[in-house]
Amino acid sequence: MSKERIKISPDLYDIMPSDYQDLVQSATYGKEDRGWKDIGTSKELIEQHSLCAGCPESMAFRYILASLPNPEDTVMVGSTGCTSLVFPMVAVHNIHSLFGNQNAIASGLKRALSVRFPDRVKDVVVLAGDGATVDIGLDMTLQAWFRQEKFTTICFDNELYANTGGQESGLMQKGFVAKMAPVGKLFDKVRLPEIARESGCHYVVNCTVSKPSLVEKVIRNSVLIAREIGPTYIQLYTPCILEIGKNSMEGLQEMRDSEKPTERFAYKEYVSEPAKQLLAELAAKDKERKAAAKQLAGKA
Amino acid sequence: MAETKSHIGTQNKKGQTYTDPWKMMNEAPRKPSFYTGSEVIKEAIRRASCDVMIAYPITPQSEAAALIGELFAEGYIGDYFRGESEFAVMSQCAGAAFGGARVFTTTAGPGTMRAMENFPMWAGARLPIQMIVTCRGINSPLSIQPDTLEIAYLLNTGMLVWHAETAQDFFDWILKGYMVSEEPDVHLPLALCCDGFFVTHTKDVVNLTPTEMCLPPYDPYRSPVPCMDMECPPVRMMRDPFVMKSNYISYATHASWQQEVWAAVERSRKHTIHWLDGLIDTENADAEVMIVASGTAVSQGREAIRLLEDEGVRCGLVKVKSLRPWPGEEIREATKNAKHIFVPEFNVTGWLAKEIKATIPNSERVHAGPHVCGGMTMPPEIIVSEIKTALGLRSESLAGRGS
Repeated sequence: MSKERIKISPDLYDIMPSDYQDLVQSATYGKEDRGWKDIGTSKELIEQHSLCAGCPESMAFRYILASLPNPEDTVMVGSTGCTSLVFPMVAVHNIHSLFGNQNAIASGLKRALSVRFPDRVKDVVVLAGDGATVDIGLDMTLQAWFRQEKFTTICFDNELYANTGGQESGLMQKGFVAKMAPVGKLFDKVRLPEIARESGCHYVVNCTVSKPSLVEKVIRNSVLIAREIGPTYIQLYTPCILEIGKNSMEGLQEMRDSEKPTERFAYKEYVSEPAKQLLAELAAKDKERKAAAKQLAGKA
Repeated sequence: MAETKSHIGTQNKKGQTYTDPWKMMNEAPRKPSFYTGSEVIKEAIRRASCDVMIAYPITPQSEAAALIGELFAEGYIGDYFRGESEFAVMSQCAGAAFGGARVFTTTAGPGTMRAMENFPMWAGARLPIQMIVTCRGINSPLSIQPDTLEIAYLLNTGMLVWHAETAQDFFDWILKGYMVSEEPDVHLPLALCCDGFFVTHTKDVVNLTPTEMCLPPYDPYRSPVPCMDMECPPVRMMRDPFVMKSNYISYATHASWQQEVWAAVERSRKHTIHWLDGLIDTENADAEVMIVASGTAVSQGREAIRLLEDEGVRCGLVKVKSLRPWPGEEIREATKNAKHIFVPEFNVTGWLAKEIKATIPNSERVHAGPHVCGGMTMPPEIIVSEIKTALGLRSESLAGRGS
């Protein structure tokens, strides 16, 4: 799909909702260098959200949608949770079906799109919370990786079940007192990034969303590697400020505190050998393209 | 949006010709073949232009699911893989259908139950997936034997539910099923059920359509809801997500969508009648004693009628082909002269008898039985015995029944 496809008939233009008009006029579909810096100057692919004020998940959503390399041909798969409050307002096709089955849905979807569009790129990106990814959906998360399904899995890790009111989750820290963990969680935070690596993911990153440029790089890499090589996994700390007793303006600081070198969200990255090669090739091509553009600009 | 065009008369990569489905099913020459039910499923799918089939082993559908893998290896299906559980498989089927594929899968008994959360989701998302259900026991202790209890759980999912009697039904209905469930005013999943082993593992003569003919491909752009392939404009679906909103608009939206799903089931009625030549078949509909059955209980009922005829008792038969849409009016009409209605079933609860009782006037006419379950066979003699006992006729005692 392209911007051409979403063009409005002139006769109907004035009756279309303004957010759709904006989408046609100033969305970044098809823009090769799209990224987080487009936020605020072009039409974002997330219209509004009904998350809590200051929720870091809303920042993460904006950065991810701004960073998708190919939104005009990307389908996203969500799951039940806070993310399902946002997806209805996202301007890429997205699927919510059940709780925890997101990687199974994405497996079928990616295969169907490959059968139907063998000569075109159709990216599939899963975005779900930690309960969906690690607890109820762990089987399907891992099995999709074992099968080397070519899509990206993004986990919004807020270390609890936020949408149901703050219950214990597998990604919660040990000792944290929460609903359903009345004496504190008794076992360690599940080490899914390591499990992802061992399960066959070609690109694994564990970080926060405090730095938009970093999120942009990670999301772009993860989608491009998944497209060409195999599964990728991104675990992003999006703290639930409500459930950890923080104020609306404190989310960013909470992420900064948690990404210090000794903390649990210190930046960690794994890249498989084939993925390293692909990234090197892409970087070389990018350099070439930029040099050519510079040359062209110089001539002009 | 990709253009919707007719493929009829063109060839697929296997050299099969996309054929007008009505002509293929009703006018093309048929070749008698001696196949098991599982092999018949394979032969139907060979002609069904399926894009994606997802498999998982569970008796008694494993053979059919594996045979379709052979079709994939031969190039008849776009993609095929083994999922990790029935819950996952049904979600994978949903993903493929959301992406605009014609999807097929098979399951049985505990697999149906494990996957259950998916079925109302399929219907709600208007995904015309076809699922073969080769019914088997779902009770504990473990049983793999024929038993149709799982159908009762499918009846309120919003799926179309048909119950095949024979392998011939299976062959025809798999192909016709796509024609009904993919209609834009229907666009619902179909659970095509049969009694496991009795149909899947026995050989029968089945008249097959020519292998060189196949159904036209599925056109996802005839769907009443957008296909999730980013080939049509992505629009903001709603201002506020309806989940967890406690307000009247939210309730009304969910309520109207549920009503729409069931209205679509109703709208499938005319298409089902068209393709299956009615929702029921009848024999001797003027008789005062009627057997109403579905699945292989129909075959046993037919045999019982023959035995009763030998003894001078005239008995009629209603074969219920479609359970959803439910042939209420047809059953009322077919049983209007009946003083006694017997409903033999391969399950312990008698779900079919309950449906019939809720449908017809003077429901005390319904004798819910005989029932067999847990893998027991249903000899026609026990149907005869049940009928004769109810009619006050002398019935010879059946061995082992202690009567």
